[in-house]
Amino acid sequence: MGAPAMSKTITIDGKNVPFQDGQTIMNAALAAGVYIPHLCHNPQFEPHGSCKLCVVSVNGRNMTSCTMPAAEDMVVANNTPELNSDRKALVQMLFVEGNHICPACEASGNCQLQAAAYYLNMLSPHYTHFYQPRAVDASHPDIFLDLNRCILCELCVRASREVDGKNVFGISGRGIGTRLVVNAASGRLGDTNFAATDKAAHVCPTGTILIKRQGYKIPIGQRTFDHKKISEVQMEPMEPDHE
Amino acid sequence: MTFELETAAHPENLKRIVIEPVTRVEGHGKVTLLLDEDNRVHQARFHIVEFRGFEKFVQGRPFWEVPVLVQRLCGICPVSHNLAACKAMDMIIGATVPVAADKLRRLMHMGQILQSHALHFFHLSAPDLLFGFDAAVGKRNIAGLAAAYPDIARQGVALRRYGQEVIRLTSGKRVHGTGVIPGGMNKNLSLDERDYLLKEIEQIIAWSQAAVELIKVIYSERPDFHNSFGFYRSSFMSLVRSDGALDLYHGGLRARDEHGQTIFDHVDYTHYWDYIHEEVKSWSYMKFPFIRARGREQGWYRVGPLARINNCDFIPTRLAEAERKIFKEFGGGSATQATLAYHWARMIEMLHAAEAIQELLHDPDLQSDDLVSSGERQLRGVGVIEAPRGTLIHHYRINEDEQIVRANLIVSTTHNNQAMNEAVRQVALQYLDGQQITEGLLNHIEVAIRAFDPCLSCATHALGKMPLEVELLDAAGTLIQRLIKDSDGRHRT
Repeated sequence: MGAPAMSKTITIDGKNVPFQDGQTIMNAALAAGVYIPHLCHNPQFEPHGSCKLCVVSVNGRNMTSCTMPAAEDMVVANNTPELNSDRKALVQMLFVEGNHICPACEASGNCQLQAAAYYLNMLSPHYTHFYQPRAVDASHPDIFLDLNRCILCELCVRASREVDGKNVFGISGRGIGTRLVVNAASGRLGDTNFAATDKAAHVCPTGTILIKRQGYKIPIGQRTFDHKKISEVQMEPMEPDHE
Repeated sequence: MTFELETAAHPENLKRIVIEPVTRVEGHGKVTLLLDEDNRVHQARFHIVEFRGFEKFVQGRPFWEVPVLVQRLCGICPVSHNLAACKAMDMIIGATVPVAADKLRRLMHMGQILQSHALHFFHLSAPDLLFGFDAAVGKRNIAGLAAAYPDIARQGVALRRYGQEVIRLTSGKRVHGTGVIPGGMNKNLSLDERDYLLKEIEQIIAWSQAAVELIKVIYSERPDFHNSFGFYRSSFMSLVRSDGALDLYHGGLRARDEHGQTIFDHVDYTHYWDYIHEEVKSWSYMKFPFIRARGREQGWYRVGPLARINNCDFIPTRLAEAERKIFKEFGGGSATQATLAYHWARMIEMLHAAEAIQELLHDPDLQSDDLVSSGERQLRGVGVIEAPRGTLIHHYRINEDEQIVRANLIVSTTHNNQAMNEAVRQVALQYLDGQQITEGLLNHIEVAIRAFDPCLSCATHALGKMPLEVELLDAAGTLIQRLIKDSDGRHRT
C-alpha cells in the first residue's frame, strides 16, 4: 500500500495545506513548511496542548493546533498580529511565573523558551515577576534538576513514560503550585533509576533538566539558536534533542 | 594616619556635607563630612551604599554555572570575576589547565586590562587631570574632553574597543561571554581571528605608549602637587610570578610594608586566610580587609596598579619595563607612594597589556585544540587574579552534589577600602579643612577616590555581617530603646 493520497486541504493564512485524516493542524502545517509557534509540542510525542502558543483561529474560533484534527475546508489564521501578540503575552507569563535568569543559564542559546521570546519580539517580561521559590535537586550524580526554569510542558514526563518506560516524572499540585515531581519516595532524582542516556534527559525545551558538568562547553556562535530562529530549527525534519 | 577622622568624638551640632553619588566611578557610593562652624573637618567617610548579595545567591547553584553567574557582578571587568571563579573551579575539578587554554585566558585577561584601564584613564580621570580638579563642571567630563582634545578622546575609545574585541574573540561576547570553562576554554583563537587582531596591535601599542607619555608629562609638570595630593604611606599587596615578574593572571601573593620591607612573599593564595582577615563596620556595606600579621590598625594595604608596579621586580615586556624603571626613579622614588601615581602605574600596565597581547597573538598554541582537562575532585576551590583594580579573590566550597555551599569574594576595591578612606581624610585635611567649601574643593575628594578606579558594585559583600545599631527616640530625643546586631548576627540591647 502506498501513502494515502492527500486530496483534502485546509488553508493557513491563505495557503493551501494538504492533510491526512487524523492529522492535526500542527502536523499538517509542519509537513507543509508552515511554522506555528509551539513549546510543549514535539512531533516525537503525543500532543499535549498545554502551552497554548500554537493556538490558531479556525473559522473564527481559537483552537490549539497541536491537538485539533484538521478537517476539510478549515480556514486557519496563524501568523497574525493578534495571535502573535497573545503568544508573546503567554511567553511573558512563563517568564514571570518561573525564575528564568537567561544571563547565567547554561541553556541560553539552546533554550526554546528564549528562542520563542526572540521570535515573538519579546523585549521585556512586561508582567511583575512572581519570584516563586522553586526547588533545585542536585542529588543525581549525572543530572541537575532546576525547577526554577520548568514551564510544565510535560515533555520529560511523556519521554520517560513513552520512550524510557520509567515514569520518572509527573506533575503535581494545582494552580500556581503546580510543579514537576519525581517518582521516588524521597522525591529526589538521585533515588530513581533515571539515567543521563534516557530520552527524558534530552527533551527539556528550557534549562530544567541538565546533564551535569556540560554547561557552556558549546561556544557562543555554535549554539542551536545563535544563527537560526526557532521557526527554522523547529521546521527541520527531526527536531533535535535539546542538550 | 588619620584614623581619628573616621568617627568624630562628638558628632552632635556638626554640619554634614554629603557628596552623593560619587561620580565617574563604577557603582554607587557617597562621602560624608562632618564639619564644625569653622569648617574644621571632624569626620570623613567614604561609604558604599549599594547592596548586591552574590555570595548568598550562588549558594545551591551548580559549580560550573558560577563563573558565568558571578561575572554579572560587573559590566566593566566581568572577565576578572569569570577568570577568578574559573580558577577556583579548576581546583575543584582537579584540573591542570592545558598550556593553550592558559594562554587564551591570559589573552582575554590582557584585553580586559587594556579596555578597563583605557576606560578609566580617558573617560573617568582624564577630565580632572587635563582640565584641573576645580575646572567648570560642564567641561570636566568625557564630552568636554572630546571637544578640547579630540585625538586623545578618540584614542581612548579605540583602545577600549580593541580590548573588547580581544574579549569577544576569546569569550564569544564583548561583555559577559562564556569562553572560560572549568578546566580550560571552550574555543581557541582561529587564524582569521588572530589576523584580525594583529592588524591593529602596532597602533594599539603606539597609543598606549602615548598614554604613558601623557600622564608622565602631566605628572612631571607639577611633581610636588601630584606627589603630595592625598599622600600617605601604606603597605602594598599583589600577585607576582615565581621569578618576581609582574603577572596579572597567576602567581604568589607578595606584601611589602610602607618602607618596602617584605611582609610575606610568594604565598600560595589557596590559603589566603592565613594572611588576610576582614573586618566589618556599621557604616559601610564594604568589608575592611587587613594583613593578619600586622593587626586591624596597622594591617591595611593598597592593591591595584600602584601596588603591582611597586611590588614586582620587573615587567616581562620591553617597553613597559623601561617605563617602570622611569617611574621608580622619578624624583628619587617620590611617586611610589603617591595617590595620584595610580594613574601613571595604570598606564604602564596598559602598555604592558598591549605588548603582551602582541606576544600572545604570535604564539601558535592559541590555535591548539587541547583546551580542557580535569582530575581528582575537591570540595574547595580558591582562584586569585590581578583584576584591573587589584587582587581579586574568589573562594568556594561545594557539597557532594556539586552545589555551592559557601562563597567568599574579596574584591579589588574591598582591599582598597581603608586606603580610599585614608585618601579621603587626607584630602579633606589638606584642602577642605577651615575653607569655604566649594564644588571644586569637593571634587578634590572625588579625585582622590577616582585614583583607585574603585568598582563599588563589585565590592559590596557584607551580607548579613554588617553590625547595626537601631535607636528609638521620643519626640524630646530621649532614648527609649536600643537594639544592636553584631557582625556575628547576634542581637543585644
